Amino acid sequence: MNSSRREVLKGTGGAAVLGLAMAAGLFKPGSAWAQAAGWNKAAFDTKTFNDVVKALGGASATESKDIQITSPDIAENGAVVPFTIASKLPKTEQVAILVEKNPNILAASFSIPDGTEPWVNTRVKMGQTSNVIALVKADGKYYYASKEVKVTLGGCGG
Amino acid sequence: MADPMKIRAQMAGDKVEVRVLMSHEMETGQRKDAKGAAIPAWFIQNVTATHNGKTVLSAEWGPAVSKNPFLSFRFAGGKPGDKVIITWTDNKGDKRTDEATIS
Repeated sequence: MNSSRREVLKGTGGAAVLGLAMAAGLFKPGSAWAQAAGWNKAAFDTKTFNDVVKALGGASATESKDIQITSPDIAENGAVVPFTIASKLPKTEQVAILVEKNPNILAASFSIPDGTEPWVNTRVKMGQTSNVIALVKADGKYYYASKEVKVTLGGCGG
Repeated sequence: MADPMKIRAQMAGDKVEVRVLMSHEMETGQRKDAKGAAIPAWFIQNVTATHNGKTVLSAEWGPAVSKNPFLSFRFAGGKPGDKVIITWTDNKGDKRTDEATIS
C-alpha cells in the first residue's frame, strides 16, 4: 500500500501538486472564514465598520430587521457583556459581532454551516458606551443590525 | 496546558444546544502592568466544534471576547449519546480539545 502511494506521488510530481494545493488553500482571499486553522488578521486589525466588511470579502452591508441582537441596554461591567445574535435571513453563513468604539472593532466572527441554527450567544468586552453591530452574511450578501449598549465601567482599561 | 473546558450539550427540541465555558485569560494587549509596560496580547483565535466528524460551528475571535469565554449555539442532527468535540487554539499556539456527550 505504501509503495503504491509513493509511486502515485512520484508519477504526478507530488510535491509540486501539494505545494500548489496548499498555496491555493491558504492564500485565496476571503477563505479564512472557512478554515479552522485560519485567522483573518486583516479583519481583526481594522477600525471601521466598512473596512471590516471589506476585509471579510464583502462590498457593503445593508441594514436588516431580520437580525436580532439581545443584550442588556446598560452593562455595568464592560469586561463581560453578554450578546445573543439571531438571524432570520435565509442561508445565513456567517455572524460577526462588532463593537464600534473598541480599539479594534471586530470582536468575534462565527461561521455557521448547514444544520446549525443562525444563533450564537457569547460574551465580549466593551471599552465604553458604544454601538454594537451584528454583521451577517446570508446568501453571499452582507447585512447588519446595530444596538447601543451603555457601559458603566469599561472593560479595556487596566 | 490550559484548564479543561466545561461543555454541556443537551437536546432542546429537535436541536442540540451546546454551551461551552473556556478557561482563558483573553489578554487584549491594551493593558499595562504596574511598571507601565504593555502586557502582550494572549487570546483564543480559533474555536471549532464538531459532531460526528462534521464541523457544526467554527469561530474566529479577537481579543475583545471576554476572559474565560462563554459560547452557546444550537445545531440539528444530533441525538443523545453522540459526542460533541470542541477545540480552541490561541495566538501562542496553545491548544485544548474537550468533548461532551449529548444528553
